[in-house]
Amino acid sequence: MKRIFITGFALLGLLRVAAQDNTPADSTAYKAQKLKLDEINLVSSYYKQDGNNSAVTGGIGTEKLTDISNSLDVKFVKHGATGKKHTLDVEVGVDHYSSASSDMIDLSANTSASYSDIRVYPSLSYTMENEEKSNTFGAGVSSSTEYDYQSFGGNISYSKKTKDKNGEFTARFQTYLDQVKLINPIELRSAIGNGGTKGRNTFAGTLSYSQVVNKDFQLLFQADVVSQQGYLSLPFHRVYFNDGSVHQENLPDSRFKIPLAVRASYFLGDNIIIRAYYRYYTDDWKLTSHTADLEVPVKLSPFFSISPFYRYYTQSAVKYFSPYGQHTGSEQFYTSNYDLSKFDSSFYGMGIRVATPNGVFGIRHFNALEIRYGHYSRSTNLNSDIVSINIKYK
Amino acid sequence: MKSIYCICAALLICAATSSCTSVKEYQKNKINDAEMALNNRKAEKTELSFQTYREGSSGANAGKSGGGCGCN
Repeated sequence: MKRIFITGFALLGLLRVAAQDNTPADSTAYKAQKLKLDEINLVSSYYKQDGNNSAVTGGIGTEKLTDISNSLDVKFVKHGATGKKHTLDVEVGVDHYSSASSDMIDLSANTSASYSDIRVYPSLSYTMENEEKSNTFGAGVSSSTEYDYQSFGGNISYSKKTKDKNGEFTARFQTYLDQVKLINPIELRSAIGNGGTKGRNTFAGTLSYSQVVNKDFQLLFQADVVSQQGYLSLPFHRVYFNDGSVHQENLPDSRFKIPLAVRASYFLGDNIIIRAYYRYYTDDWKLTSHTADLEVPVKLSPFFSISPFYRYYTQSAVKYFSPYGQHTGSEQFYTSNYDLSKFDSSFYGMGIRVATPNGVFGIRHFNALEIRYGHYSRSTNLNSDIVSINIKYK
Repeated sequence: MKSIYCICAALLICAATSSCTSVKEYQKNKINDAEMALNNRKAEKTELSFQTYREGSSGANAGKSGGGCGCN
């Protein structure tokens, strides 16, 4: 909460500095503007899931979970005297979740989805676009706080458009410095103790290139290289060996990931758009996955569209995964977390988008309203539903 | 099999980029349509989070590559 206030005061300070900018107007084509509110986005979601492979109870037991998520994203823009466009984006998100499996850290607790926590994640990002030179520099910081986890993030990016402004190359570097609070399964605390924290660091480099192919079609290629180091297990994940003994999940302290993706948008005729996405992923824990996503927005009018979508995902298991009661004492690393098992999943649903020129429902500045519903089904019998709403003020 | 994927991807990239035509700003009314954006929708934010948590892979989707827990 303190961080939200600090972020808020920092923002107010910046606004005050911007408001006191008394730079005299010059006679060039560019005119300096004050920092002004450009856009506000409110995103709210309700998510619920159920399954029977909780990692907290060693790969068996309820995965019932609900999550209510709200985030507010406020964007400010300022055009400088030298033709530079400055954008400041302030975002605060709050998730409230209840999880039956987290409740089972203490096995004597009840099995309802009663354990609850709040996650707060503010972020601040800044970009400076030089429209004359067609390049953009960006930087941002973020944090995420919940009862047993603290994450601080930072990123920098640089983009450069091609001469004809139909292509854009972007390089980005992100880092997350995390601390995991060691909350161990209750029956293991006499042997291994409880409390304290361990670190987990993530470093990610991204290269992407987008290209307008013709007036109806554009493409984006993206490649990430992600390296994680530190405590990559979760302390309250149990693993039951084939001799009946219970252990704490133990995974290697490094992971190297390479996801590669291509995204395309194609305007088919005057009313139908095809949005497609494919990702190939591989890492040194021997997990390989393919993701294919297709969404077809249909414009029923220039201001109203419906968008059915379907996403297919398939992955192999990490080499350290075995189900309940199948790991042996000879293994160095082990997990029974089904999120790392072999499975495939389908996610399908529909979205609607309303964006009328005079404001949605006639409310001025209520620029767009978007509602999405999706159902997720995993071959390990985990099912979930999600409904989201985005209100855009501009 | 991996080399076939690589060749297909390379061919796709070559075909896509070699057939590019220079599109002027005034011809970009369809390209600039909000539904054509080459990024995720704001309303997809929580969907991407739960997919990152419930699946073993992440990244290359303009979202987070780490940070936050996902441990529930």
